[in-house]
Amino acid sequence: MIPEIGHFALVVALFVALIQTIMPVVGAYRGIPELMAMGRLAARAQFLFIAVSFAMLTLAFIENDFTVAYVAHNSNSALPIQYRIAAVWGAHEGSLLLWVFMLAFWGLAVTVFSKSLPEHFLARVMGVMGFIGVGFILFILMTSNPFDRLIPGAVDGRDLNPLLQDPGLIIHPPMLYMGYVGFSVAFAFAVAALLGGHLDATWVRWSRPWTTVAWLFLTIGIVLGSWWAYYELGWGGWWFWDPVENASLMPWLAGTALIHSLAVTEKRGAFKSWTVLLAILAFSLSLLGTFLVRSGVLVSVHAFASDPERGVFILAFLVVVIGSSLGLYAWRAPSVHVGGRFELFSREMLLLANNVLLMAALAAVLMGTMAPIVLDALNLGKISVGPPYFNAVFVPVMLPLAILIGVGPLVGWRSGDVRPLFKKLRTVFMVSLITGVVLPLMAVGKTTLMVMASLAIAMWVILSSAQYLKERLARRSGNKGLSAGVYGMVVAHAGVGVFVIGVTLSSAFSVERDVHVRVGDTVQVNDFGFHLDEVKSIRGPNYHSDMAQVTITRGGEKVGILTPEKRTYFVQTMPMTEASIDTTFFRDLYVALAEQRDEDGWALRVYHRPFQAWIWAGPLLMALGGILAVSDRRYRVSAKHVVQARQKPASGPVSGGARA
Amino acid sequence: MKPRQKRMFLAGVALAGVVVAAALAINALRGNMAYFFSPSQVVAGAVQPGEPFRLGGMVRSGTLEKSSGSLESRFIVTDNVQQVAVSYAGILPDLFKEGQGTVARGELGRDGIFYAEEVLAKHDESYMPPEVADAMQPMPYNKDGTRTPEPLRPAAAGKRSMKVIRSEPVDLTVPLHQVEINNQ
Repeated sequence: MIPEIGHFALVVALFVALIQTIMPVVGAYRGIPELMAMGRLAARAQFLFIAVSFAMLTLAFIENDFTVAYVAHNSNSALPIQYRIAAVWGAHEGSLLLWVFMLAFWGLAVTVFSKSLPEHFLARVMGVMGFIGVGFILFILMTSNPFDRLIPGAVDGRDLNPLLQDPGLIIHPPMLYMGYVGFSVAFAFAVAALLGGHLDATWVRWSRPWTTVAWLFLTIGIVLGSWWAYYELGWGGWWFWDPVENASLMPWLAGTALIHSLAVTEKRGAFKSWTVLLAILAFSLSLLGTFLVRSGVLVSVHAFASDPERGVFILAFLVVVIGSSLGLYAWRAPSVHVGGRFELFSREMLLLANNVLLMAALAAVLMGTMAPIVLDALNLGKISVGPPYFNAVFVPVMLPLAILIGVGPLVGWRSGDVRPLFKKLRTVFMVSLITGVVLPLMAVGKTTLMVMASLAIAMWVILSSAQYLKERLARRSGNKGLSAGVYGMVVAHAGVGVFVIGVTLSSAFSVERDVHVRVGDTVQVNDFGFHLDEVKSIRGPNYHSDMAQVTITRGGEKVGILTPEKRTYFVQTMPMTEASIDTTFFRDLYVALAEQRDEDGWALRVYHRPFQAWIWAGPLLMALGGILAVSDRRYRVSAKHVVQARQKPASGPVSGGARA
Repeated sequence: MKPRQKRMFLAGVALAGVVVAAALAINALRGNMAYFFSPSQVVAGAVQPGEPFRLGGMVRSGTLEKSSGSLESRFIVTDNVQQVAVSYAGILPDLFKEGQGTVARGELGRDGIFYAEEVLAKHDESYMPPEVADAMQPMPYNKDGTRTPEPLRPAAAGKRSMKVIRSEPVDLTVPLHQVEINNQ
C-alpha cells in the first residue's frame, strides 16, 4: 500500500505542477490576480505531495519492503538503518525523486520569502519552476519509477553498493542537489524578467541571495564528494577530473561568475543582458550535469543509443529548456548596450575579467568532458582525456583570477586610480612574495618555482583581503559595524587562498609509496615510520573485514595508530578498501590496505600529504562566506524599507562598497 | 580613449584572448588524449611500442601471477580472439579479478609486453566498461563444435549486434609463461 501512496502522490504532484505552470503565467499575461495567486498555492501543494511521495519511498526502505523493485535492488535487511535511509538516493530512480523533492523545496522557499515580490513577477517565477517540475516528474513517472513493484517480491535485497555505504554518501547528494536545483531559482527569476519584458535591476536584487545560497550548497556538495573520493575509493586522490566531477564543477564555475556579475548589475546597472545569460547558463549546466550523469552517455554514447529512453527524455527536456530560454533571451534582451559607464581600470572591468576567466575555465572543462563523447558519437575513435589536460588548461586560467581577487575589492566602481592602489598593496605584495619563497622551505624543506609562484599568489589573496577589511574598518563611520556581506566576501576570498595553499603543497610534496610488507615490517615515508603490527579478521553488520593495525612513529616517538580495512560485503561480495587517515593541521598520514599477496604479505599504500586538509578548508570557507553574505541585514529588513532604500539613486563612486 | 576606441580595444583584447586560449586548449587536448585499443587491434599492429594508449579486454582466467615479495603482477588481457600480456608494478584495484573486464593505461615494450602504469576495473558487480564490451568478441567455437556460453553480459550491449571476427582460436589452457607473444 505504501508504495502505491507514494506513486499516487507523485501523479497528483504532476497535475499540481501543470496547474502551477499554466495558471499563474496566464494570470500574469491577462492580469487576473486570482490566477496569479494560484502559483503560490500550487507550489506549496506540489511540495506537500512530493514530500509525501519521498516519505513513502523512505518508509519502504526502512521497512525492508522488497516487493518494491528499487528497494530490492538497493537495500538489504542487514543494512544498518542510516544507510537504508541514504539508499533512497543511492541509485538512479531515487536520486531523481530527491531532485524533484529539492526543486519543490526551493519552490516552497520562494513562496515563503517572496512576500514583497510584485504579484506579476512571482506568478511568472512560479510558472517557470512549475514547468521544470513537470519535466522531471514526468521523467520519473515515464522512465524511472522508484515505486515499481517486484512480483513476486525478493526474499532479501541485493544490498546497497558498498562504495556508497558511508557517512559521506548520506549528505553528499542532498547538498549537491540543493546546489544544482537551487540555480533553478535564479533561472526562474531571469526568465520571469524576460517574460515580463522588464530587464531592470529588480530581478537581480531578488535573485542575489537565492543564487548565493544555491552556490554555497553546491560548494559544500562538491567538497563532500571530493572528500568521500579521497578516503573511500582508496586511491588517495581528491580530484580526478572525472566527467561526473566535471558535471558538478561546471555549474559551480558558472554560478561563481553569476554571483559576481549579479553584483555589478545590482550596484551599477551594467552587464544586464550578460547576467541574464549567465543565470540561464548556470541552470542549463546543472541540467547538462544531470543529463551526463543520468543518461548513460558518459559510459558510452552507444550505451546511450542502445537504451535511449532515459537519455533521450532528458536530452529533449534540455533542448526545450535551453532552447526556449535562449530564444526568449534573443527576443527580449535589450539590444547590445552595456549599461552603466565605466573606465578601463575600474571594479566593473575587473569583475568582467573575473567573468571572462571563469568562462574560459568553464569552456576548457566542457571541452575536455565532451570531447570523448563527441568523437565517439562521430565514430572517430574512443579516447579518454586525462587529468594532465585539465591541469594544463585549468591552472593557468585560475592563477590570474586569484591575482585579480586581491585587486578587485580595493578598486572603486566606475573608475579606479592605479597609483594609490600600488601604494596600498606594496607591503602586501612584498610580504606575499617573501612568504611564498620561505613558507615551503619552512614547512617541507624544499620548493620549486611553480610552488613559490602559487604560494605567493595564495598569500596575496589572503593578505589583500585582510588589507581590504582593515581599510573598511578604518573608514566606517562611528560605531556602525560593517555589513555581513563585506565579511562574507573577505572570508570567501581568503578561502580561495587557503585552497590554493593546500592544492599547491599537497600536489607538489605528497609522497606515495605502494609497498609489499609482512607483519612486523616498517615502511619509512619522509621521517614517519609505518609499522604493520598485525592483520586481524573482524565482522561487521553486513561484511567481514581484514583490519590492519599500523603504528606510526616519528623519530622513535609514537604518533598514532591507523586501522585500514579490507572489507568484503556479504551480498555483493565485492572487496572494499577502507583507508585510515590521521589528519592534523599541517599534514595527512594515509594508509590503505590493498590485497593480500601471499601468506603474511600485504600490499600497503602509504601517503604523507602535507596541507591536505586545507584543500577542504578553503572551499568550506568560501561556503561560510556565502552564509555570511546571505545573513546580511539588508535581506532581513522588511520589504518596504528595502524598496524605499533602493529607490534612492545609487550615484557617485561607492568605492569599496562591495558586497560581491 | 573615446568610447568607440575603448570598445574596439576591448573587443580586440577579448578576441586575441579567445584565440590564444583556444589554441592552448586544443594543443593540450591533443597531447593528453589516450586512444583505446583491443588486443586484436594491438596484435594487428595498430600501435607502435612506446606509444601510450589504453588496452581493454578480459583478464584471462588462470593467468594472474603475483610475484612474492614485490608488487609486480602479470596477467593476460584477451578479447577472446587475441591476447596481450600485461605487466604491472602496483596495487591492483579492488575489483580486479580473473575473468572480468579491465582497462589498463600504459605502453607496449619492445618485448611485446604491455607495461601498465595504471589498471582500472569495473565499479560494481554488473558493470563492464563499455569499451571493453565493445572490444570483446564472441567466444570461439570449441573443438566439438559447441560454444561456451556467452562469456559476458555487457551493461547495455544487449540490443547491439556484435561484429564477428574469426581467427585462430586461442588455446586457453596454456599457462602464462608458455604463451608466445607475437606482436611484432
